[in-house]
Amino acid sequence: MRKLEEQIMKIVMLMASGIIIFILGFILWKIISKGLPSLNWDMVSKTPSGGFYLGKEGGILNAIMGSLMLIFCSVVISIFLSLPVALYINFILNRKSFASGVIRFAFDIMFGIPSIVYGAFGFMIMVFLGLQASLLGGIIAVSLLIMPIMVRSIDEVAGQVPRDLLEAPLSLGATRFEMVKIAARQITPGITTAILLSVGRGIGDAATVMLTAGFTDSIPTSLLQPAATLPLAIFFQLSSPVEEVQNRAYSAALILTIIILILSFSTRYVSRKISKSKI
Amino acid sequence: MEINLKRYQDTMETDPVNVRSGPVSLTKLSYPLLRVVDLNVTIQHKHILKNINLQIPEKSITCIIGPSGCGKTTLLRSLNRLHDDNADITISGSVMVDNEDIYGKNVEVTHIRKKMGLLAQRPTVLPMSIFENVAYGPRIHGTRNRRKLYVIVKNQLEAVGLWEEVKDRLKTPAIKLSIGQQQRLCLARGLAVHPEIILGDEATSALDPIATTKIEQLFLTLRKEYSIVLVTHTLRQARRIADYVAFMYMGELIEFGSANDIFSNPQHQLTKDYISGSFS
Repeated sequence: MRKLEEQIMKIVMLMASGIIIFILGFILWKIISKGLPSLNWDMVSKTPSGGFYLGKEGGILNAIMGSLMLIFCSVVISIFLSLPVALYINFILNRKSFASGVIRFAFDIMFGIPSIVYGAFGFMIMVFLGLQASLLGGIIAVSLLIMPIMVRSIDEVAGQVPRDLLEAPLSLGATRFEMVKIAARQITPGITTAILLSVGRGIGDAATVMLTAGFTDSIPTSLLQPAATLPLAIFFQLSSPVEEVQNRAYSAALILTIIILILSFSTRYVSRKISKSKI
Repeated sequence: MEINLKRYQDTMETDPVNVRSGPVSLTKLSYPLLRVVDLNVTIQHKHILKNINLQIPEKSITCIIGPSGCGKTTLLRSLNRLHDDNADITISGSVMVDNEDIYGKNVEVTHIRKKMGLLAQRPTVLPMSIFENVAYGPRIHGTRNRRKLYVIVKNQLEAVGLWEEVKDRLKTPAIKLSIGQQQRLCLARGLAVHPEIILGDEATSALDPIATTKIEQLFLTLRKEYSIVLVTHTLRQARRIADYVAFMYMGELIEFGSANDIFSNPQHQLTKDYISGSFS
């Protein structure tokens, strides 16, 4: 009887993993098989020329650069805002105190807000400030979108830091701030993961940037110019009636996937280097 | 356990004088560096420590023994003000270090903690290299000079017998050391800020016998210069290294005296029972 139970559990687990891997494989296969034929050097090195969306030549360098600039600035801004929050609710306040709970709950709500709402909110701010669709607007909206992800995932790892480790610097006569620095060092790998998660979410989100960053065929040269982004590039090309353009959408998706992969591997590599030498 | 408890209550009624922990033959001791006066600690309205009065003799090893949950660790942590951040805990009474009440109004907590090194149950190496672990304390207290730091690190690592083992890999992360080495590193780290007192909270309970012996030997050497207070769960350890023993039960200090007195001639029935192993 118990043996049967174990067998069934094993099969259920295997099946669940199998289904997920199958879906992932299917998506990848679709993107690669459709996108690879139309992927060429022009795609990543040229901005769209006139009539690009009707099948004329050009590339999506505008969207690649736009996405990278956008995500880089947003991650920098939101790490500077969310790291202090996460450290504060874990190490300065008592982790289980009421105030921490309220802050955590607020970020949980932010986490659940659909990205289009952040887009609309960013749009509202832009109208208020008198801005037009611009890179800056996109950065604000995406920062808001990824901040709760960062806070919550740093919060998770911060909760794992043992009390003894925090008391070690304290008992040497360290101040609270010095203790927090030790804690931050301890959770460096967790912070890297948080960055990775938010990069993945932020770079692939279309709804936030649609209303705020706009779309353009050129690479933005200032924060106040509109910026193209990869998800929107995919969206616009997919909605084209020309089949060739539709296929380009898949190669844009492939590029986006590759960018995320590269970012992911390199961040992991860097964090492992850091933790090897310091931790 | 229940029987013992009953006996304990009986003795409480009949012989209240003995329960209080008045200074037991402390006249021959030197002036106590660390003195606990009328210390009461409550955690969420539960009375954990009841009227503790204790004088820790200088330059010797004092072991605090007692069954689980009797408040040993709570007492040890109050000596270092580690309860500060817990809002559930209220503390009254005073702990005098160098004739200064550490719970006094204008006392800076970092200054107090610098005087005491704490050794936790499991080694808590900081997420940095071996060298940096020992240098951390002096560094936060203002020593920046690398040569000076190197001298301090070398001396302290020698003091805990770790220098020969790690001198070629001072830059490797401290977490790579074995758990016994880590605990000795933690001790060296604590010594680097020149404390007067060393507190150990079951500092050997996570270690294997050989590592335990090494740490115990270190304590025996260190007691020439430091006052050492150890909470220990193993009576045998107290027998091996203690100069003085404090026996606690249900939040009260039942008996305090020299290790010899406590182990060979305990005054109190409870102490007798605990030492003979009829409860633990």
